[in-house]
Amino acid sequence: MEIKIFGPGCPKCKALHKAVTEVVSEMGLSADVKKVEKLDEIVQAGVMLTPGLMVNGKLKVFGKVPGKEDIKRYIEEEKQ
Amino acid sequence: MADTCTCTAAPVLIFPCSGGSNVGQIANQAAVELTKEGVGKLFCLAGVGGHVDSFIESSKGNRLVVIDGCPTACAKKIFEHVNLPVTDYIVVTGLDIKKTHNFDLERNDIEKVCAEVKRRLQCNL
Repeated sequence: MEIKIFGPGCPKCKALHKAVTEVVSEMGLSADVKKVEKLDEIVQAGVMLTPGLMVNGKLKVFGKVPGKEDIKRYIEEEKQ
Repeated sequence: MADTCTCTAAPVLIFPCSGGSNVGQIANQAAVELTKEGVGKLFCLAGVGGHVDSFIESSKGNRLVVIDGCPTACAKKIFEHVNLPVTDYIVVTGLDIKKTHNFDLERNDIEKVCAEVKRRLQCNL
């Protein structure tokens, strides 16, 4: 599973990265969590506001730090 | 913090109908100018209308300003379809701006819509 966090490195982006890595650990998943910090790549991905979260190539949410339950749901949706 | 961070954008999302008349385009231009002023963020109505999951998910929990050009209320109906609550709703023709199919937009009309959005945002805090 590939998970991307989009954001230039501000506090909310870091908070999302932390939350995602914790959820991945709690779920016992083997996932590659990458940070994407280049603005052109962020824009190309369709992220209108940072931070953004993509799971297996599907943009799930942007512009806010979702709760852990929502992050878990986004991951579950792409596990099949 | 990086200079390009967009995290600090106001949690006010603005959705103009952007329809095919002067009032639709006045709504759009007002949303552009309000975004440039930092009042809110112009968001993609088409993304919500297309039921793109990330757009709907990202809109949840935010203040959603919807600007329709006329009482046909296309933008408002899109939000009804996806069950997203609109927090602030403005109809351009409700501000004594006549609907035409002339796209030479009047500066005063755009400013009137911008002022109304700001007024609503202040009143409805």
